[in-house]
Amino acid sequence: MNEKIINFTRQLGHPFAEFILTLGSIIRLLIDIILNLPFALKNIFLIIKGIHFCGVKSIVIIAVSGWFVGMVLGLQGYNTLNRFGSISVLGSVVALTLLRELGPVLTAILFAARAGSGITAELGLMKATEQLDAMSVMAVNPIRRLIVPKFIAGIISVPLLTALFIVAGILGGYFVGVIILHLDSGTFWSQMRDSVNLHDDVYNGLFKSFIFGISVTLISVYQGFMAKPTAEGVSVATTKTVVVSALTVLALDYVLTALMF
Amino acid sequence: MKRLTIDFTVGVFVLIGIICVAFLSLKVANTSNISNASNGSYSISAAFTNIGSLKITAPVKVSGFVVGRVTNIYLDPKTYQAVVVMDINNAYKFTTDTSAQILTVGLLGEQYVSLQSGASDTYLKNKDKITLTSSALVIEDLIGKFMTNINNKQ
Repeated sequence: MNEKIINFTRQLGHPFAEFILTLGSIIRLLIDIILNLPFALKNIFLIIKGIHFCGVKSIVIIAVSGWFVGMVLGLQGYNTLNRFGSISVLGSVVALTLLRELGPVLTAILFAARAGSGITAELGLMKATEQLDAMSVMAVNPIRRLIVPKFIAGIISVPLLTALFIVAGILGGYFVGVIILHLDSGTFWSQMRDSVNLHDDVYNGLFKSFIFGISVTLISVYQGFMAKPTAEGVSVATTKTVVVSALTVLALDYVLTALMF
Repeated sequence: MKRLTIDFTVGVFVLIGIICVAFLSLKVANTSNISNASNGSYSISAAFTNIGSLKITAPVKVSGFVVGRVTNIYLDPKTYQAVVVMDINNAYKFTTDTSAQILTVGLLGEQYVSLQSGASDTYLKNKDKITLTSSALVIEDLIGKFMTNINNKQ
């Protein structure tokens, strides 16, 4: 009995200690990546390949999701604003919501699901099939060769995808507001331009997505690199990437919003 | 996949991203900052007894047309009046007897400064002060006046 209680108390602290350990090794990986940045720039094609994998192949899903999110915003905004007789501000509602919150956050979460999980699975499988060890034996640094190019590609892709998401969303809102619900097109754009500030809204939104890009890519790379070298380990790592990325993005979003706006 | 195809698609992707950023900065965001107007601007100020909820960056309008923006609002410590500093586009000149008024868009909309030109021959220069001002309409004051009127009639 005594033994059981002692074990139980020990296990209480275990998740917390694990969390701190994970945090420490993520930061160590980040420092490793930063130190190896100059070497990765020598082989640009690896980065371009990475952008092709996580950026180009995500264009369709990002554009379509953005379009539908914008359409929903337009419809919901219209119904709510109609009650107060202020449907003229629909344009600025759609644009501000997308620029400040929905654009960066949803893009980062979709990116984690679409590209982040792919990165984790690829690295995890390479580890399971001992390709990473083979690389080390051949004196090829896996961080330099595999991780840094993927990391750079992710950081470049996420802000661009966010911009695409926001533009698709605004066009979706325009489609619902102006073409389906017959709002005045001039009012839609001019209200938007009146309330959206270049520095406060556009640049801050893109800066947010840059931070999200760093964290999501870092988490994907870390999970893949640290995955247990078994089939089950790879599947656990892939799931973890999506879950942890989504949580991190949402929590970071609150902090960044509190700092910025 | 061939290296050329990958290079090409990535190029297209980056181009789309840059076009989107440009669209957001040029078409969606408000870049028509009057103080950066191509023909420059000059600043004039006006003191009001009550500015309501006028904010910095509120528009300055003449006949409903935007000619400038409010750049600063501060309290004059001697007269206890609120001084509103406005940047006006150089293309528009106003006479020294111009009057300034704080009006509201719609019933509950944002507030702006409205200028009405006078008949004087001399024009306002940079850092000049408008002397003819009338304050913002405060709904509570209006209701108060309305109530006293009703009471007087009874």
